[in-house]
Amino acid sequence: MDTIFALASAQGKAGVAVIRLSGPLAHSAAANLTGSVLPPRGMRVRTLHAGDGSRLDDGLVLTFRAPASFTGEDVAELQIHGSTAAVNVVMQCLSEADGLRLAEPGEFTRRALENGKMDLTQVEGLADLIDAETEAQRKQAQTILAGELGTLAERWRRDLIRAASLLEAVIDFADEEVPTDVTPEVRDLVTGVMQDLQREAEGVQIAERIRTGFEVAIVGLPNAGKSTLLNALAGRKAAITSEYAGTTRDVIEVRMDLAGLPVTLLDTAGLRETEDYVENLGIELARKRAEDADLRVFLTENPSELGVSMLSEDIQVLPKSDLREDTEGGISGKTGQGIDHLINHISRVLGVRSTSHGIATRERHRVALNNANTSLASALAVLESGPDLYDIAAEEMRTAIRALEALVGRIGVEDLLDEIFSSFCLGK
Amino acid sequence: MKHSKFDVIVIGAGHAGTEAAHAAARMGAETALVTLSASDIGVMSCNPAIGGLGKGHLVREIDALDGVMGRVADRAGIQFRLLNRRKGPAVQGPRTQVDRALYRAEMQRETHEQENLSVVIGEVVDFLMDGSRVCGVKLVDKSELHASAVILTSGTFLRGVIHIGDVSRPGGRMGDRPSVKLAERLDGFNLPLGRLKTGTPPRLDGRTIDWSDLERQDGDEDPTLFSFLSTSVVAPQISCGITHTNARTHEIIEKNLSRSAMYGGHIDGVGPRYCPSIEDKIVRFADKDSHQIFLEPEGVNDHTIYPNGISTSLPQDVQQKYVRSIKGLEAAEILQPGYAIEYDYVDPRVLTSSLSLPEAPGLYLAGQINGTTGYEEAAAQGMVAGLNAALAVSGREPIHFTRADSYIGVMIDDLTTRGVVEPYRMFTSRAEFRLSLRADNADQRLTPLGIDIGCVSENRKSSFCNKMEKLTAAKSTLSEKTYTPKEVRSIGITINQDGNRRNGMAILAFPDVSFDDLVPLIPNLATVDLDIRQQVERDALYANYIARQQKDVEAMKRDESYEIPQDFDYFTLEGLSSEMKQKLSQARPANIGQAGRVEGVTPAALTLLLARLRRGQRLRKA
Repeated sequence: MDTIFALASAQGKAGVAVIRLSGPLAHSAAANLTGSVLPPRGMRVRTLHAGDGSRLDDGLVLTFRAPASFTGEDVAELQIHGSTAAVNVVMQCLSEADGLRLAEPGEFTRRALENGKMDLTQVEGLADLIDAETEAQRKQAQTILAGELGTLAERWRRDLIRAASLLEAVIDFADEEVPTDVTPEVRDLVTGVMQDLQREAEGVQIAERIRTGFEVAIVGLPNAGKSTLLNALAGRKAAITSEYAGTTRDVIEVRMDLAGLPVTLLDTAGLRETEDYVENLGIELARKRAEDADLRVFLTENPSELGVSMLSEDIQVLPKSDLREDTEGGISGKTGQGIDHLINHISRVLGVRSTSHGIATRERHRVALNNANTSLASALAVLESGPDLYDIAAEEMRTAIRALEALVGRIGVEDLLDEIFSSFCLGK
Repeated sequence: MKHSKFDVIVIGAGHAGTEAAHAAARMGAETALVTLSASDIGVMSCNPAIGGLGKGHLVREIDALDGVMGRVADRAGIQFRLLNRRKGPAVQGPRTQVDRALYRAEMQRETHEQENLSVVIGEVVDFLMDGSRVCGVKLVDKSELHASAVILTSGTFLRGVIHIGDVSRPGGRMGDRPSVKLAERLDGFNLPLGRLKTGTPPRLDGRTIDWSDLERQDGDEDPTLFSFLSTSVVAPQISCGITHTNARTHEIIEKNLSRSAMYGGHIDGVGPRYCPSIEDKIVRFADKDSHQIFLEPEGVNDHTIYPNGISTSLPQDVQQKYVRSIKGLEAAEILQPGYAIEYDYVDPRVLTSSLSLPEAPGLYLAGQINGTTGYEEAAAQGMVAGLNAALAVSGREPIHFTRADSYIGVMIDDLTTRGVVEPYRMFTSRAEFRLSLRADNADQRLTPLGIDIGCVSENRKSSFCNKMEKLTAAKSTLSEKTYTPKEVRSIGITINQDGNRRNGMAILAFPDVSFDDLVPLIPNLATVDLDIRQQVERDALYANYIARQQKDVEAMKRDESYEIPQDFDYFTLEGLSSEMKQKLSQARPANIGQAGRVEGVTPAALTLLLARLRRGQRLRKA
């Protein structure tokens, strides 16, 4: 049984973050971080260190002995400082330890269940988890596919399918008219993917591309004061504001820290009917980004006029309260009136929703890139021996493809067969 | 009106039917094999060959369970070739050309000699029902056969339609009657059906072929047989001829495309992509100016030639024209025209992993009716249905083949959880644990299982135990001492001088190290038999990879140990999307492991499912 770990507390700059480990290596992995022996059951204050001895954080380490634990297995809990940076670095250390891996969504619950440790009413909460998971995956897929990483992942998928299918064709259709040695093409494809993977795994780009925070979109009619509001929230001039309607044609993003939560504010083009082709593009984009955001702030008297559906927790504020007599429910980026109220409202909504998906996802991707790279390197080495060892090369390819599943999607035997049958005329 | 009582009745004596009947009979069940004619037993209706990649693996597995296909093919084999001979043992597939008449004769002999097995000649027109339970069959002469289990292996007979050009007529195999009445009874079960097609080439008269300038392909000098009990080739060996289509052939076919049943719009069924008709090849790969054709003799004393690679549904006159445009075939006579056949299949997702049909307890389906193609795939399903029918009749637990123990398990799991979109054929790439599921170790994987349930003869049992004793002894000799890299180098093997001590098995795991290389280091190995040496080498070769896969295997087995009741209602499961509910309801997974292989099902969804199963258990206990 693997030992699994995950961030158990909500994400964000809360006071304390809890990382939970469960499985046979939970205690020893925690002890390795603390550099000292831990009691089978108890609580200790310890300094956590990375493998190279560098100090990570101070924290409280709790140990529970099977079967008297949440999952019924040996469990350790690391309660550390709640900053994203601290959590990141500890999670990375854990995923590099032998025999440990990030938990799948719901996996702690599943283990608790299997070990008879679960109050079955708690299980009802699982339905919510699936919703959250589905939603998170949808968002995740969107962010991946929309960005530069999406283009990369799509290419990796195509190249990996091609490389694996060439090997499988030579194996499975040995008595038909297929090339007998596909080493050069497979080598080129694999080398190309490996170069990308290395760059991604080493670089910081991936951290930038995969969002860890929430997206909040500000929507409203043109000249409702969205950009001014954004500037007021961000405290700097991020979007161009002017008195003319339709100034913001692109979606402008400002990353900021809202009450401890990482939030990206999106300033969108004013949503109106227009003849201007370029502005229309901007409006189309604005609507889409707004729909995909985690939360929408409707800066308008009448939300239904914007063509963006308002969900239950979305926030409505009345624009330009500096020009109103009754300022109730209004906001002004110009005077700052109502800003604090809005910030509180946003952080209240997001605080409830905050989950660990961001950090876990990013860490999962980093591990995936590294594992895939290792397997592809082995495949490449074996390929040099030519067709005689294609069985081994294919095995390494399979391992690499499975590691990258979260990024490139599942590649099943049908995908390989599709490629094979469209490339080669088979069938005696 | 005659009445008879059996334990198991098998309908159809094709490859699925014969294997099913033999399996049930070996288990001790009184079995009836019902066929339209005794001469149908062991007929090969398509190409005269058994085995291949993935398929050869299946035959070895059938043999490991003491099935008949492997040993009959060995006695009827006339050109043995081990495919991928130069590649690793995991992807080597035994294959042989078969003498059709010999195969049929050997299969009939096996069938008549098998204890507990009676052949009944007749046409089944209906099932006997006891409520929703199938409890026997009714024949066209109104006689009734009763049994606790019935296995239907009706092949392409369900609404089969044969097409030659624009002429079509109902029929199963060429010359057989379709079973319309039985099809109507099956309709009553409201099974989800789909339509598939497949095709055959025209058969040629070998005496009218000019062989003089054609390339020849011989069998292996050192033939690899299918059965673990066979020792040598029996039948005389032949070679096949090879020729090619040319620009003229392609021109003739292109010009007449609209007259092909396929392209003339007469066929709706989906054909296999790996076995396209010559029309398909020319349309889809227009840039290819020539296609290979294997001229396979159908027997030593049979002048019929099976031209593998030009299956077609063109009209007979066009077939004749294009055949004669091919080198060596300029004067070839067609003995039987090629044809396409369309037929209904039952969406196999409705079946359990025993291949039984929950809607009609007592009924099992095996072979082409489940959407597969190929003799080997059919026979393997027959084996699964036959064993399970016999087990059920005697009130025992079903035998469950898994993706981790066999290609049989891979196929059953693919069929019952994923269904089919084209005629399903086995490939080695379908097996994720390919390195452990080898043709050479099928006996190690499955014979103990067979001994356990009682489908294996005394003869095979003792031969297997004898082999295992020798194998275990050789492996323990290899494992009992460890050696330094320096000692290893002293016998001429270069390995990493990392200071790690390794035992013989670990040294053998290095590529390029052979058993014989180790004899100077471990003198006791000198007495080990040749076949055992080879087996140890193969087992050692993938040891590191197999160890790495072990974790996946265990996780899968754990998931598969959580069973889901057949009647589980996914629509009452709060929290699943309606799409997920729909897919799970169609696939009806037998356990959590299978549920996870249904497209789109997430880990959290599995946990929810597991939670619901747990609660169900608790309620039942209370």
